[in-house]
Amino acid sequence: MKIYLVALLALAACGEVSQSKQGSAVNRGDEPAYKGAHDAEVAKGWTPGDKLAWERQVRERGQLQNEYVKTNR
Amino acid sequence: MARMKFICDTERCIECNACATACKNEHEVPWGVNRRRVVTINDGIIGQEKSVSVACMHCSDAPCMAVCPVDCFYRTEEGVVLHNKDACIGCGYCSYACPFGAPQFPSNGTFGLRGKMDKCTFCAGGPEENGSQEEFEKYGRNRLAEGKLPACAEMCSTKALLGGDGDVVAEIFRTRVVTRGKGSEVWGWGTAYGKPEAKS
Repeated sequence: MKIYLVALLALAACGEVSQSKQGSAVNRGDEPAYKGAHDAEVAKGWTPGDKLAWERQVRERGQLQNEYVKTNR
Repeated sequence: MARMKFICDTERCIECNACATACKNEHEVPWGVNRRRVVTINDGIIGQEKSVSVACMHCSDAPCMAVCPVDCFYRTEEGVVLHNKDACIGCGYCSYACPFGAPQFPSNGTFGLRGKMDKCTFCAGGPEENGSQEEFEKYGRNRLAEGKLPACAEMCSTKALLGGDGDVVAEIFRTRVVTRGKGSEVWGWGTAYGKPEAKS
């Protein structure tokens, strides 16, 4: 029994602690973007604080980079 | 949920450096610090010259986060990798770890001391209040909180640099690649003046 106990203690330091980080664990309370900026530069078309509206705004704005949906392409 | 990503189309980038200029102007980045830059290979060789706009790629498994001894990095809900300059000690480990050379260090003072790390924020500011003066002075504008996308991508004249929700930019890029084909169709005479069969 003692041998097992000694072996267990000796091997206890052999395990590897996970060094990877999870996004949720390290997001240190930074105010989310959908809450809006406290300045006068907020784009029109969405309501600060509305997460779905912000995501829609970002998607629609992203499509402005797509010249294949423009009229005079 | 949006997952923010950049992608640069090397077939379209014309090395105009407007993305780097827009970034510096938008965030009032100090002299000597380049959050974004354009890298060109095979310069001057016809058909083989390629340029790519490089900045922090906001890695899903960011090596800078793994090596930081003071643990100053964090990731936002949108997948943007940011850091806290109040915690940064300017050691430079992140610079060695980053495969893109994204971390930048301003040289301050008479002896050129290495200051706190500065890098692309995907125009998402930092841990301070969104859009506050303090945030602007440390990290630049927070365009995401203004409902906008990164200045570099939004103003790219050839739309080589795309930025935004990963699903959106991936779909734009996929459509583009499928439409334009590959090989010599992508550049040169056919692209500039139209394919021969299209002429009347």
